[in-house]
Amino acid sequence: MSEATSLTALDALTLRRLLDAREVSATDVVHAHLDRVAEHDGDVHAFLTVLDDQALAHAADIDSRRAAGDPVGALAGVPLALKDVLCTRGIPTTCGSKMLENYRPPYDATVVERLRAADAVVIGKTNLDEFAMGSSTENSAFGPTHNPWDLDRVPGGSSGGSSAAVAAHFAPLAIGTDTGGSVRQPASLCGVVGMKPTYGLVSRYGLIAFASSLDQVGPFARTVGDSAHLFAAVAGHDPMDSTSIPRKVPDVLSGLHDGVEGLRVGLVADTLGEGVEPSVAMRVREAAALLDKLGAEVIDVTLPHARYGIAAYYLIAPSEASSNLARYDGVRYGLRRDGETTEQMMALTRAEGFGTEVIRRIMIGTYALSAGYYDAYYVSAQRVRTLIIRDYEQAFEQCDVLLSPTSPSAAFGIGDKTDDPLAMYLNDIFTVPANLSGMPALSMPGGLDDQGLPVGVQLVAPVLGEAVLFRAASALEGELAFDPVPRGRNALHPPGPAATKQQV
Amino acid sequence: MTTTEPLTDYEAVIGLEVHVELSTATKMFCGCAIDFGGEPNSRTCAVCLGQPGSLPVPNARAVEFAIRLGLALDCDIIERSQFHRKNYFYPDMPKNYQISQYDVAICERGHLDLDIDGQIRRIGIHRVHMEEDTGKTIHVGTSGRIHGAEYSLVDYNRAGIPLLEVVSEPDVRSAAEAQAYLSELRGIVLALGISDAKLEEGSMRCDANVSVRPRGRDVFGERVEVKNLNSVRSLGRAVTYEIERQTDLARAGEPVIRETRHWNEDAGTTSTLRAKEAVFDYRYFPDPDLVPIEPDAAWVSQLAEQLPPLPAATRTRLRTDHGIDAERAGTLVDAGLVGVLDDAVAAGAPPGDAAKWLTNEVLGWSNEHGVEPVALPLTGEHLAGLLALIADGTLSTKLARQALDGVLAGEGSPTDVARARGLEQMSDTAELERMVDDAIAAQPDAAERIRAGNHKAIGALVGAVMKASRGQANPQVVNDLIRDRLIAR
Amino acid sequence: MSLEIGEVRHVANLARIALDDGQLEQLREQLERILAYAEQIGEVVTDDIPPTSHAYPLRNVWREDEPRPSLPPEEARATGPAIEDGRFRVPRIIEEEV
Repeated sequence: MSEATSLTALDALTLRRLLDAREVSATDVVHAHLDRVAEHDGDVHAFLTVLDDQALAHAADIDSRRAAGDPVGALAGVPLALKDVLCTRGIPTTCGSKMLENYRPPYDATVVERLRAADAVVIGKTNLDEFAMGSSTENSAFGPTHNPWDLDRVPGGSSGGSSAAVAAHFAPLAIGTDTGGSVRQPASLCGVVGMKPTYGLVSRYGLIAFASSLDQVGPFARTVGDSAHLFAAVAGHDPMDSTSIPRKVPDVLSGLHDGVEGLRVGLVADTLGEGVEPSVAMRVREAAALLDKLGAEVIDVTLPHARYGIAAYYLIAPSEASSNLARYDGVRYGLRRDGETTEQMMALTRAEGFGTEVIRRIMIGTYALSAGYYDAYYVSAQRVRTLIIRDYEQAFEQCDVLLSPTSPSAAFGIGDKTDDPLAMYLNDIFTVPANLSGMPALSMPGGLDDQGLPVGVQLVAPVLGEAVLFRAASALEGELAFDPVPRGRNALHPPGPAATKQQV
Repeated sequence: MTTTEPLTDYEAVIGLEVHVELSTATKMFCGCAIDFGGEPNSRTCAVCLGQPGSLPVPNARAVEFAIRLGLALDCDIIERSQFHRKNYFYPDMPKNYQISQYDVAICERGHLDLDIDGQIRRIGIHRVHMEEDTGKTIHVGTSGRIHGAEYSLVDYNRAGIPLLEVVSEPDVRSAAEAQAYLSELRGIVLALGISDAKLEEGSMRCDANVSVRPRGRDVFGERVEVKNLNSVRSLGRAVTYEIERQTDLARAGEPVIRETRHWNEDAGTTSTLRAKEAVFDYRYFPDPDLVPIEPDAAWVSQLAEQLPPLPAATRTRLRTDHGIDAERAGTLVDAGLVGVLDDAVAAGAPPGDAAKWLTNEVLGWSNEHGVEPVALPLTGEHLAGLLALIADGTLSTKLARQALDGVLAGEGSPTDVARARGLEQMSDTAELERMVDDAIAAQPDAAERIRAGNHKAIGALVGAVMKASRGQANPQVVNDLIRDRLIAR
Repeated sequence: MSLEIGEVRHVANLARIALDDGQLEQLREQLERILAYAEQIGEVVTDDIPPTSHAYPLRNVWREDEPRPSLPPEEARATGPAIEDGRFRVPRIIEEEV
């Protein structure tokens, strides 16, 4: 197999070692990944925009700086895919929507600036459910993304493009956003590691808003170690974001491999029974058993109000979204459908620019905030939020980390759930509570289901508990030894045969 | 304008909403500098343009200004308040929501005391809250107003500028009180230095809510909001008109429609702005991008201690320390000339004279030339110097006015101006005596009349000498010289 | 819960989205189902539970009153669908400013 093919099989940590040792150049690494994108993204449709020229220019710059002995960033030369919901100056940022099809922001998101400072090479903007609203990436105005494990299935959503890009080995790293599970659920469905930080740890400046009190940027990778490094590269206080936590970012790297001896793991009851695929429940139980074997103490805990999470989420998130998306009116940017009056112009523009799911959520949110309904819907949902937070706080008195499935099932077929919005919403049942509480959560592959499709297991830690989260995930990863190369009758063509070692 | 209006069977119930544009260096939620006169959309950024992904970060100084205004109005500074989103669509709103405050404002429950004809009238202040301004829209068409416009153009330079909204209780009962309230509030804002508070330019804006009810009844009539009040005078006229309009309706048994009306300055009337009663559902909710404000108690105490003297206290001081009457004191405070007065007195000027010169001559000049009193280059030393030159005879009052003209035009101190313009009075007796003799010789009839006891004729001779001396003769000295020569002792 | 088509039309108005009768009816059905599902929170919610609007308890976040560079006017206007005289052009506006 050629050198080029094998580079795409490697994780970011391995690539960094090779790059640091000058055994490969950034240009070679980026080329290899761009070649694979060119060859295979036609089947996956992970990308909306591929940034060949910019990526190769950045790679060349990194190579010459390295050659000159000048400093390079912590992720120098590693290709990265960026969910098309983060503003990149002068580069199309569409949010998967006709509304912003031709929008080029006049500024960069803070996360984008930090990635550039780390010298991660952004190779393209990835597909997503429109305005981050969805669980399958089928709500993109530009066509769905296909799951590399089975190209007739969804990759999950809303960060389906980023998740698929990593699973497809188009890049070892990707950035997504998670509002109700939109990093973790696609990670689960694509067999990769996806994580949502504590709310406020990663800047939202330049993240095109869906639900402001829930949105967080999160890393995708094929290994826990890569995920931790990417988290560390983007996390930290940003004065441009008032909700940004001003405290020091938890150190997730030093103790990453310290193991789980004595760690108290809470297995969340009610997440392994009715409504969950049996093989999904099995993978979670197996993970619990492995943690036990490694020296953790596994107990059962309950989150009695977590089952109301979807109801609360589907009131709060659309409410905030209805306000956040009001700015799309054809006046200052984006699509404009002309009308005789400004009022008409705005109404026509919004009807044409927004897809069905977005309109649906704007309508729910507008209703929930409207006079006479605000207390019964919006405020009540915020009270449920308080109950869920209390449940977590109580659970974390007895344990250090919680374990549950990420998603009730593995990847479903494209078109299977598009007729029933509510059924689609129920995909988020295990992920939404962590958004409501602001706590950090991570999904990692727990194995395959009966049909050979990846199944994720989810870990949740207390606020600012990223260190224990990554540590537990790392230990579990070592035991599971999951192979992230998609395989199966309908899977994407794999990358080269170079072994993807789990980094210890 | 009479301040005591005759009692009628109906009384007016008036509440005032005043928006104050703050003179901070930057906007409320972004670092765009506030300066005027730039090209359209040259003072904007991703935040104040409402670009996707942008986020607001509050201006600390705006919060400080809000607290100081609240303290000056005797408000409670609320322990915990939030920013809310007020959602509605309008092209001058970059986000189609305005960041404001809703159920809890940063300052609440204050009052403003007005001196109306010697009586203290206390007007309740319901609240002071923070919000952001909108952009500016030009309507292109025949009238420049919205109705009949073909299209509109929006400039977002003003979008995001910090505003404080001051809402009074409906305690005001007359047009005169409304005017006094607005003037007093303006004076306080100026004393605090938080805004230049120019009604004509829009850095201070006032809307009036007017209703009427049968006198003595404890009910509220339907209230009408009146907009487009660009001066204290407009406020008075508009409120007077509206009270009369509503009273006429009430007496005729016709209902007053709750609506918003526009004040037409030229016509002297209000007219309907919105044809149907529009009920706006703003869907207020706490802004998730902003976190609650809990002003530190020590900080608030410090701000309270550092409050400057407010207009009421200053007026009292002018009265008690300098014997300046209430009306003149008020004029000085409103015009921002108290500093000049204090400096003049410190430099030796008699307070009463200094005050008169300020309110009469200086303000007259500033009105005539369209220059703000506070923008004049006149200092207290200048004023004291000018008065001293009059007192020692160097300048007559008439010449002193000319000197003042020069000072206000920026030509320098009174002495500089007098010298440059050659205004110093001739007090050199010898020369004057010569001129007097010439004048007497030139007008023997007048001289004869004076000798005969008609002292009014002195004026003609004085005038002749003044003319000959190009106004520089000291008229008192000339008068004395003429009397010496012509009037037997 | 049940939703009248008139209410849905009103909501579409508030949200400034032009929807035809077919779309409104479809939304009416869907919203009715979704809101009925959401109403189950009434089972556990009582007034003594304080609502949470911010997940992480921050207070008093603000910035100094120091200027930052604004966008050059060309960049500020670059995204505008219609620019005239440096301003954003819109069709005639019906409603007076609030």
